[in-house]
Amino acid sequence: MISTSLTPLEVTLRAKRDAGRKLLVPYVTGGLKGWTDAIRAAAANGADVIEIGLPFSDPVMDGPIIQQASQRALDDGATPVSILEGVRTLDVDVPLVVMCYYNTVHHAGHERFASQLFQAGIVGAIIPDLPLEESGPWCAAADAVGLATIMLAAPTAPDERLPRVCARARGFVYSVGLLGVTGERTELAATASQLAKRLKKITDVPVIIGVGVSNSAQAVEACKVADGIVQGASVVRRLMEGGPDAVGTYVAEVRAAIDATTV
Amino acid sequence: MSISNQSIMSEPSESGRFGEFGGRFVPETLVPACQELEAAFREAWGDPIFRAELDQLLKEYAGRPSMITECYQLGAKLGIRLVLKREDLNHTGSHKINNVLGQVLLAKRMGKKHIVAETGAGQHGVASATAAALMGMSCKVYMGAVDVERQALNVFRMKLLGAEVEAVHSGSRTLKDAVNEAMRDWVASVESTHYCLGSVMGPHPYPWMVREFHRVIGSEAREQCLERYGSDPDFVVACVGGGSNALGIFSGFVDTKARLIGVEPAGGAAVGRGQPGVVHGMRSYLMQDEYGQVQEAHSISAGLDYPGVGPEHSYLASIGRAEYPTVTDTEVIEAFQLMAKTEGIIPALECAHALAWISREAPKMQGKTVLMNLSGRGDKDVGQMMEILG
Ligand SMILES: Cc1ncc(COP(=O)(O)O)c(C=O)c1O
Repeated sequence: MISTSLTPLEVTLRAKRDAGRKLLVPYVTGGLKGWTDAIRAAAANGADVIEIGLPFSDPVMDGPIIQQASQRALDDGATPVSILEGVRTLDVDVPLVVMCYYNTVHHAGHERFASQLFQAGIVGAIIPDLPLEESGPWCAAADAVGLATIMLAAPTAPDERLPRVCARARGFVYSVGLLGVTGERTELAATASQLAKRLKKITDVPVIIGVGVSNSAQAVEACKVADGIVQGASVVRRLMEGGPDAVGTYVAEVRAAIDATTV
Repeated sequence: MSISNQSIMSEPSESGRFGEFGGRFVPETLVPACQELEAAFREAWGDPIFRAELDQLLKEYAGRPSMITECYQLGAKLGIRLVLKREDLNHTGSHKINNVLGQVLLAKRMGKKHIVAETGAGQHGVASATAAALMGMSCKVYMGAVDVERQALNVFRMKLLGAEVEAVHSGSRTLKDAVNEAMRDWVASVESTHYCLGSVMGPHPYPWMVREFHRVIGSEAREQCLERYGSDPDFVVACVGGGSNALGIFSGFVDTKARLIGVEPAGGAAVGRGQPGVVHGMRSYLMQDEYGQVQEAHSISAGLDYPGVGPEHSYLASIGRAEYPTVTDTEVIEAFQLMAKTEGIIPALECAHALAWISREAPKMQGKTVLMNLSGRGDKDVGQMMEILG
């Protein structure tokens, strides 16, 4: 089903997908040392969208790596305002979305937050603790400024629920790869491909697997079914260990791996 | 007042709202589990067989009904009639067992195999470990590293009862972070595991369900007061962490003229110092900074060391039906000793908050009947107090 009005993000992503490209979405924790350079490096090495995390005090969907990154960023004084200021200086060519917990939105106010994001050049938002039933007021504010609300779909969702999630998704559907929080795993969970398959059957919105896609081999496997992947903890760990250059190298590696299988 | 109060403390709205508070702000992964739990609770709560099973456990295992005790010495000293609802006399030593027996019985009925719980003071963890042992389920308890240290006795009790205790080292390393970690566990284990939340907080249906499991406190106390004194108390006072013992006792008196007082610690005053926010699945008053980062609470009492509060308390505060004053750690330490010395009862540090408020405000309540929920016994706090008092 085609959404009533496609957001700019979705127009871009559909065009790339329809041209045969798998979509690569690296995640970078905003405010973490080197984060703006990491975003530039990811953009220069083949990212199609970059997800910027706004650190929150109580990140319940995140495992140890992103928790630690969020805490470091907060300790360094990062705020949503300081991160959005950083975003304005980025001059990258790749669409930018934010990942933030709902209290950040709620506290700022829906309209105000949507307009702050829009003015900083952000084109979409992922709010992992805002499920479909609670998403109305935020979605209305986001829709009003053309900001894509990227809905998450979970492996636990019954068949009856998924079409409703997809109908509300703008930009892409975030297909949660496993039962659990963000973090690197030794193998891609079976649930990752299963859920993406279910979603592909019922929606034309790009389906991107995130959570637990941990290296280029897993990215390739996930892209057999999905339109793309999010790389979260694996990117953030490299930023903390090796700095922005390590992020660039890693994104290039994943890009090459998924491109090699699509030609 | 009684007419307008009739709908208060009944069921929340379909979306789990008490006024504008509550809701279900959880990751998509947990939505089906919350819906399933809501349906299962609604069905069980309406089923006389489930109710009879639970009533039997409450009676024969937990030791209900708990007594009321009049404090003659302390009452005379303060110039009030002070009556305690003795939740400290329940098995495992606090009110927490009421909720846990209900939830674990329900989890078993739902076919779950494992229990995961968070705990602050350790009382909810002990109660969960106890119920899991009783009903043959495995139990894992998350506890902030700070609390593991100050409530070492309860950590050992949980282990004796066969539970696994995991210290949480993130954030403030107290109750708030234990809830985060328990939710992360549940996101991964949801198909086989029941999250046994320890207070009237979290996503719908928890605030409602946990309050219903504690309603027994208020129902008993109402009847006991009428029988003993022929009238309702003028004040009903309880401490508020998440707020379960308070809602339990309030539920029996919300339709009377009694003033309902929920006492928060000065360092964890969600209602007093908070603004509406969303964390741990609910919209409620929350201590947070100018960007919505949740602030750390600081209280001598591990069970009240929490920056949020159950959504129904936010609602009761917003409509003015209940009041939420605060007391300081120093006042609590005094109250703790006062009750021990004048009544021969060592209270838990949590409910010593209620007494601290009562003894401070007693001059304004002369001759009144004050019902206080003695939510737990203080054995667990004796080590900590030994250090403080030297
Ligand atoms: C004895 C006792 N009272 C009160 C509380 C606070 O919880 P609530 O506010 O849910 O009653 C606790 C929590 O650990 C407790 O152990």
